[in-house]
Amino acid sequence: MKMSRIAALLVTALAFLCLTVVFAGFLAPYDVAQQNRKLAFAPPSVIHFADASGRIHLHPSVCALEDRPGAFGEYRENHLNCFPIQYLVRGTPYEVFGVVKSNLHLFGVAPQTKIFLMGTDSYGRDLFSRFLCGGQISLLAGLTATLLSLAVGALLGTLAGYFGGWLDASIMRGAELFLALPWLYFLFAARAFLPLSLSATGAFWLLIAVMSLVGWARPARLIRGVVLSSRERHYVLAARLFGGSDTYIMRRHILPETYSILLTQAVLLIPQYVLAEVTLSFLGLGVAEPTPTWGNMLSTLQKYSVLATYWWMLIPGLLLIPVFCGFVLLANELQPGRKARAA
Amino acid sequence: MWLCTYPRFTASVLLSASACLLSSVGSAQSHSSNEELVISDNPVGHPGGRLVTSLRSEPKTLNPITSIDISSREVIAQMTGDLIHINRLSQNTELAIAKSWTVSRDGLQYTLKLRHGLRFSDGHALDVEDVLFSFQVYLDEKVNSPQRDLLIVGGKPITVHQVDSDALVFQLAQPYAAAERLFDSIAILPKHLLDQAYKDGKLAQAWGLGTSPEKVAGLGPFRLKEYVAGQHLTLERNPYYWKADRAKHRLPYLDQITFLFVPNADAEVIRFQAGDTDVLNRLSAEDYSALEKDQTKHAFHVYDAGPSLEYNFLFFNLNSVLPARSEISRKQGWFRQVKFRQAISMALDRDGMVRLVYRGRATPLWTPVTSASSFWIDTAVPHPVRSIDQARKLLEAAGFSWSQSGDLIDSSGSPVRFSILTSASNSQRTQMATMIQQDLREVGISVEVVPLEFRSVVDRIFQSHDYDAALLGLGGGDVDPNSQMNVWLSSGNDHVWDLGENHPATNWEAEIDQLMVKQLSTLEPQARKRLYDRVQEIIAENLPVISLVSPDVLVAAKDQLGNFKPAELDPHTLWNSQELYLSGTAASGQP
Repeated sequence: MKMSRIAALLVTALAFLCLTVVFAGFLAPYDVAQQNRKLAFAPPSVIHFADASGRIHLHPSVCALEDRPGAFGEYRENHLNCFPIQYLVRGTPYEVFGVVKSNLHLFGVAPQTKIFLMGTDSYGRDLFSRFLCGGQISLLAGLTATLLSLAVGALLGTLAGYFGGWLDASIMRGAELFLALPWLYFLFAARAFLPLSLSATGAFWLLIAVMSLVGWARPARLIRGVVLSSRERHYVLAARLFGGSDTYIMRRHILPETYSILLTQAVLLIPQYVLAEVTLSFLGLGVAEPTPTWGNMLSTLQKYSVLATYWWMLIPGLLLIPVFCGFVLLANELQPGRKARAA
Repeated sequence: MWLCTYPRFTASVLLSASACLLSSVGSAQSHSSNEELVISDNPVGHPGGRLVTSLRSEPKTLNPITSIDISSREVIAQMTGDLIHINRLSQNTELAIAKSWTVSRDGLQYTLKLRHGLRFSDGHALDVEDVLFSFQVYLDEKVNSPQRDLLIVGGKPITVHQVDSDALVFQLAQPYAAAERLFDSIAILPKHLLDQAYKDGKLAQAWGLGTSPEKVAGLGPFRLKEYVAGQHLTLERNPYYWKADRAKHRLPYLDQITFLFVPNADAEVIRFQAGDTDVLNRLSAEDYSALEKDQTKHAFHVYDAGPSLEYNFLFFNLNSVLPARSEISRKQGWFRQVKFRQAISMALDRDGMVRLVYRGRATPLWTPVTSASSFWIDTAVPHPVRSIDQARKLLEAAGFSWSQSGDLIDSSGSPVRFSILTSASNSQRTQMATMIQQDLREVGISVEVVPLEFRSVVDRIFQSHDYDAALLGLGGGDVDPNSQMNVWLSSGNDHVWDLGENHPATNWEAEIDQLMVKQLSTLEPQARKRLYDRVQEIIAENLPVISLVSPDVLVAAKDQLGNFKPAELDPHTLWNSQELYLSGTAASGQP
């Protein structure tokens, strides 16, 4: 299948995003857990190309922030205390893929000041570093949970639709049971049995398990419907007449019919799962502080006062809109029937 | 004003005559035939108007005998009266339906006289029978009223009997310091409306939200007018209320109070900003800052009423845990060491918490008594400055050391790691726990913050004891140390770090037990304070709870609200609802 130009562009953009997230440690100037308590809710740093005397410099600089006396979260720049942005600097250690260890960062400034491209949160932590590193967990969890729930959904949906009878009835009743379960209370109960000291890795896998467990039923029902109509198609009946095995028919004729549904479901589920993590974190089932995720970064926006006062706290949310749109547009472009319809 | 109000009443007054005779100057003013009204000292206001405020949840009942939820109690407080009341602003007791009280020399008998000519909000006259009926109901085990526990002194219920047409004697089994404070919020019930339900054993079902307004009556400034499920509850002025202003106009000024049901704090703030409500009874520091910027543009003000009684604290699980929970038992080896707890306390950045979590609108704490209790706080308790070096020295002295990677390890070489349990719905406490996590990282301790749904937190702390450490907040309804008996007595239900002790687990807990029991039966306030100071010193030294910060009471109200005096004690804003008035333009629009 030849990819359209738009699809290629979207794939490139999403691949770029994934690479950015993978190399977050290198791109992020600070440690994600480092609290700068004197700089809580600091706005994004202003990058200066001119010094105090108005002379233009090609080498940009950042000025130190100072508290406004008697006011919380209000700062002013000290223009007499500016430092140039440095490239390829040594800083806090990080790992790439848990294998490559380094402390080299793309950019940074002298320790007398800080560079916060997206501002800081309520603890004075760099939002830019947290957004990049948060993507590692959120994207991986969203993608893995989507793959898992779609794999389970596709398998059970295909079996139910293709074989019908008692297998169909039992799988579909099971799916309805899963859809009808009061998940919130189920999760409360589940948390009560889990150990309190879950490591970040443990919490991550738990998150994926919970999300895929919750999410398999809906795609299973959709795929079962597609399989049910496909198995009565003439080419399927012909294949059966020529002695095609169930496995062959499912692989060659039935499953390709479900690809578009799977793709649509995938792009719907990825952003949904990223947002589901907000709820799960609230219930204590998500990845706990100080590990950042896009979900727990968004959860602070639930507070009215934060929304009303610190506009830069919205930046992670705004950045996620094109990311989610990218997934949706890509799925739209990759739909098998799209070219035929366009023609 | 009242003479000899607590806690200023002195030994000399106690010893003279038969204890402390209180009388209300200007209280025996005749308004109508033989009616003894209380005259308010406050500036005279304008009658009329409606005040709109909000509740975070719908009240469950209007029944003062069975209510336990905050919303119900806030509404009921407006509809009922008590014999002796704690003034939320001065924190002293003042006479209410009782016009005087005397205490016997041995402190066992309280004689209260009722005001003449008082009426319930349905116009029915109040008499001694109503008071006797009320205490009979509260003390009846079958009724199962939450107030019953308050009325058990020395293991025996208080007994009440009539001595005169307007006088009653309350007999205590043992001397009980500041027993007059027990009468606060014990609502006097109308026998003519509730006697039948009591006899039928249906008192718990009486006065539900569906009860018609004429069947609900009390001695509070307001009475029920209307309840619309899911939307609002409206109270109207009680025309028989027993207080008047200096111009002899009967209070309250307001015609109505409407409580809107607004589900969360953010929605409450938005509705206040939109002008839908006139008063905000609780405000987070973040919302306070957000509203503060707007107050000049809009006709409202935010108020910092000063320190609250709430104290937030970190504590470790020192309960005897089941053998199956060997991991917790192992960690308790660290938690039980006083030096370990002292090191943790030393490493915590309380000032940072005040600044980041409460925007500076809080006070760092080194003892669980907050500065809202200006009389009871022990100012001699040291306030050590945060020192990571000092914390490390204490840990070293307790046998801990550090691995090459900088992690703290115990004498067996195991890394020191524990989790802190906190309520997910309380963002301030979760934020404090996250700060503690970072603070303790500096001494090499790895901490997991576990925000859980509130009921799970309560269950783990009070039932299963399945946790390492937890961050909680407690706040007594009263400044008096008696309100904290349950926390400090080793057998207390809120002795959070080690519940259900048959005997005090340590010598210092035994000493606290002795001191608390002794202060309970000591009548002289200064002597009580000395005993309670010692309790605070023991706690500060042994740190069963590591006190962190106490938030200020933050409220907001429209500028047109007259006589508005936010108080440190709950309810912070409507405690003097009878004196509140709306000046200038008319009150808020329809809910």
